[in-house]
Amino acid sequence: MRIEELLFPLLWFALLGGGFGLVLAIAARAFAVKRDERIPKIEEVLPGANCGGCGYTGCAAYAEAVCKGEASPGRCAVGGKATSEAIAAIMGVEATPMAERRARILCCGDCDIAKEQYKYEGAADCAAAARLGGGPKSCPASCVGLGSCAAVCPFGAIHVENGLATVDDSICVGCGVCMTACPKHLIHLVPIEATYAVLCSSNESGKETRAVCDTGCIGCRICEKKCEAGAIRVENNLATINYDLCTGCGACAEACPRKIIKKL
Amino acid sequence: MADIFALMLSAVLIENFIFSRFYGCCPFLGVSEKPATALGMGCAVVFVMTLSSALTYALYYCILVPFALTYLKTIAFILAIAALVQFIEMFLRRFMPALHGALGIYLPLITTNCAVLGAALLNIEQGFDFLHAVVFGFSAGLGFTMAIVIFAGVRQKMVFCDPPKAFRGFPLTLLAAALAAMAFSGFSGLQIG
Repeated sequence: MRIEELLFPLLWFALLGGGFGLVLAIAARAFAVKRDERIPKIEEVLPGANCGGCGYTGCAAYAEAVCKGEASPGRCAVGGKATSEAIAAIMGVEATPMAERRARILCCGDCDIAKEQYKYEGAADCAAAARLGGGPKSCPASCVGLGSCAAVCPFGAIHVENGLATVDDSICVGCGVCMTACPKHLIHLVPIEATYAVLCSSNESGKETRAVCDTGCIGCRICEKKCEAGAIRVENNLATINYDLCTGCGACAEACPRKIIKKL
Repeated sequence: MADIFALMLSAVLIENFIFSRFYGCCPFLGVSEKPATALGMGCAVVFVMTLSSALTYALYYCILVPFALTYLKTIAFILAIAALVQFIEMFLRRFMPALHGALGIYLPLITTNCAVLGAALLNIEQGFDFLHAVVFGFSAGLGFTMAIVIFAGVRQKMVFCDPPKAFRGFPLTLLAAALAAMAFSGFSGLQIG
């Protein structure tokens, strides 16, 4: 074997590799894209949970949207006030005050309280079960209890107990990802200061609600009359609390004949 | 013209890269959970396969053949494809940000994909001319896209089934892939020409 037979291919490959390397190096210089230098800074102050609660695909996408001026600095529920102030400082704008909120499942219907219309044995997915006659529970606005919200929660703050999903306040950050997973739209974001909540979402008439649930709101309007601040309104057979007006006195919870207004 | 059509049909259906040659199984199993991402991956493969077929063809007949280095074609093609994918990524980021946004995350995944290398090597093995090589690369990518999108649809349905514990996850996915491959073997009876 002659030495050229070894050297020749080696030389060619060195040349080929060097050539490709050179082309790539030139291309990297020529095609360089100027990136806003604030984007990595904002990414740094964001929590990096990529939960999607801000409405963007992840923390990186949100940081880019903020830099483009498409999104306000106060949309990250996970980071809360500190993060929104840090982003505002990087962007050089006033921090917008944001209310910290927690997810609440506005239903009390666990297996003991809500009547069952059939036994469900199918895919463990709330949307699939809800398509079959509105789910296994008789009340059309009841928690299906198969834990679709728990499955999507990026923080593991939701678990299902006795057929009813419950939120662990100490873990929940109020990102709101679970809201879209609930086929019954029972999950709402409630201000962190809120002390009372109407844990029912049924718009059925009092008679129908009584028939399917031991505790659901019947729209009797007693709470509306008892509330001195005028924070409770009954519409479509359901009481709702306006947290801008609520003083947290608890008169409504005391007066409620169904005990559906609960202290949080 | 007829032979081009026959080549395309053969590459897409009869000799489908995934179902009959078993090339590119990694992205096929890894990126087939949702039809939308599967389609993105497929488009990126079509794009890279077509361009890499052209580049490796030129590399083989302009450099490797004249200097009697054809026995090193595998390693030379890997080098060329890796460089090409890097170059395409930079080019797209600069001049076509929209396309980069759609294909960007899939491009680096393809760099060391055996389906792309397989297409380049098959072009040489089967003695295609330049036009046939590019058409083969394009239609092989098309076949890959079709297979991965079909399979993503199958996997979407599989989410709702309740298999025995031993079959959950990957075993069931592999079984489903095998069944799809068996269905595709029906195309081998197709007579062309």
